Amino acid sequence: MAVFIVRRSIGLIAVLFAITVLTFLIFFATPGVDPTRALAGRNPTPETVAAIKHQFGLDRSLPVQYLLMMKRLFISRDLVSYGNQALKVVPAITSAAPVTFSLVLGAAVIWVVFAILTGVLAVILKGTIFDPLLMILALIGISMPVFWLGEVANLVTQDRLHNTFLFHWVPPLGYTPLTSNPWQWFLHLVIPWITLSVLYIGFYARVLRANLLDVENEDYVRTARAKGLSERRVLLKHMLRTSLITFVSLFGLDFGVLVGGGALLTEVVFGLPGVGKLTYDSLVKLDLPVIMATVIYGAFFITIANALVDIVYARLDPRIRPA
Amino acid sequence: MIQQGGGALGIGEIPIGPTWQTNYFIGADAQGRDVMARVLYGGRASLEIGIGSALICCGIALVLALLAGFFRGPIDALLSRLMDLIWAFPVYLLAISLATVLLTKPNGLQWGFVHVDPSSLWVPTAIIALVYVPYVFRPVRGQVLSVREKEYVEAAIAQGASNGRLMFGEILPNVITTVIVMLPLMIATTVLTESALSFLSIGVQPPKASWGTIIDDGQSLLYTRPWVAIAPGIMIVLTVLSLNVLGDGVRDALDPRAKLRMRG
Repeated sequence: MAVFIVRRSIGLIAVLFAITVLTFLIFFATPGVDPTRALAGRNPTPETVAAIKHQFGLDRSLPVQYLLMMKRLFISRDLVSYGNQALKVVPAITSAAPVTFSLVLGAAVIWVVFAILTGVLAVILKGTIFDPLLMILALIGISMPVFWLGEVANLVTQDRLHNTFLFHWVPPLGYTPLTSNPWQWFLHLVIPWITLSVLYIGFYARVLRANLLDVENEDYVRTARAKGLSERRVLLKHMLRTSLITFVSLFGLDFGVLVGGGALLTEVVFGLPGVGKLTYDSLVKLDLPVIMATVIYGAFFITIANALVDIVYARLDPRIRPA
Repeated sequence: MIQQGGGALGIGEIPIGPTWQTNYFIGADAQGRDVMARVLYGGRASLEIGIGSALICCGIALVLALLAGFFRGPIDALLSRLMDLIWAFPVYLLAISLATVLLTKPNGLQWGFVHVDPSSLWVPTAIIALVYVPYVFRPVRGQVLSVREKEYVEAAIAQGASNGRLMFGEILPNVITTVIVMLPLMIATTVLTESALSFLSIGVQPPKASWGTIIDDGQSLLYTRPWVAIAPGIMIVLTVLSLNVLGDGVRDALDPRAKLRMRG
């Protein structure tokens, strides 16, 4: 086990290093890309460009630039935005991360509960009209662009039906931190949670239904039925438990991707100041250091989360552990 | 019946949809352009990018997977590590990074005699194709690894077949099913990705339209003329939904394991 963890960690460090190099190369070494363009303003004189390049260390050789950038990102943590030099990149990300985390955590609770309900219900109702009906609903959920769904939700809850009893409780777009007012935090996030979870409910319900139907012919399910267990017990205790293995591993991946920046579109539509919104705002201003930092943050988070999932899995299931 | 442009509009007569005429069926956007015409023309760009990037992506992934699975050893290690690296990035963030960099170039890309304009549809197509390569590469490489151990490949080797014939004559026809099964679902994914990138204004560049850019335009008009944002979204849902249904059908028809499951 210890050997497995050490080997996985060495691989992890190699991947993290490669991520920083690749991201740096994309932003600062693609031929023809001039990082100073956003800084120098329109029609800059060559002297201005040279002064700015010197100030940000862009006149050095590429490996030195890379080391300088990584030092300012990870060690001294004083990398500043190109657009607004008072904005330090690392504190901006650490203060935005809780917003993203609140959004994803709530959505995850909703999608796990409803996906299991839908999946199990579809299997129980197999052979009736409701099983294909539920699966078509799930497919529609998968086919909707999340930003569009968010806009339609905004249209309905903020404007068209806002003054009716249905949605008069919906606060204006924005975010309230959990620490300052838990109830407002909850109200602000309800609609974003539901919007973000729709896609995943559809996807997970389909996966779960397929897995449940897969294990239905297994010997141990037949044994359980032969023992005279009730259908409910067979379904929940025997079939569902095995089917949840795929479910859990998918969940780990998707959760990591969403916290790592995948919730960007939802954050933009609902005006939630999370990491995705930070990326989007700096994208509009072509603020390369901020985008680079959020991309590295996202990739780091996903890679580390995947490694943790692997290690937990190897701990739980010895078959996965390589010799 | 529905034409781009239509008549010129005066101040204060921008129609709000839906109107039951042939022009401005679902109204006009902030600049007085007929939204229905833009949705139809935008769909062309969305579908071109979606289908084009899915085809390019599957093509690249197929060739790389054949090379990696056939030669194994260092080539396989190199390609697989590279794919793992791309895989480590969140899809949207990697696409955003590439698009940002390409859009900061005022004069477009210049590779030898190939010149790509930043507003060309090829930019989002190439970005989306690249980002999804690992998702196709992984399953296909696994297939190639198992197929190359089969007896008919051994027989071809005994006949003195060249590496090229082994790869493209013996192994390729036996792994292509996997790619065909994935293709409709890949197109569904790439259409969604294109709309997301265009919504973030780093996909299709104005004055060209795609469903994503029209939803972006409609964001600021949401409460006054909601159909600008709603209509292209409905088109996306219908397109992606039919591609997903098609994908399910193709999988059930071509994948024996899935058929077994249906019968069971």
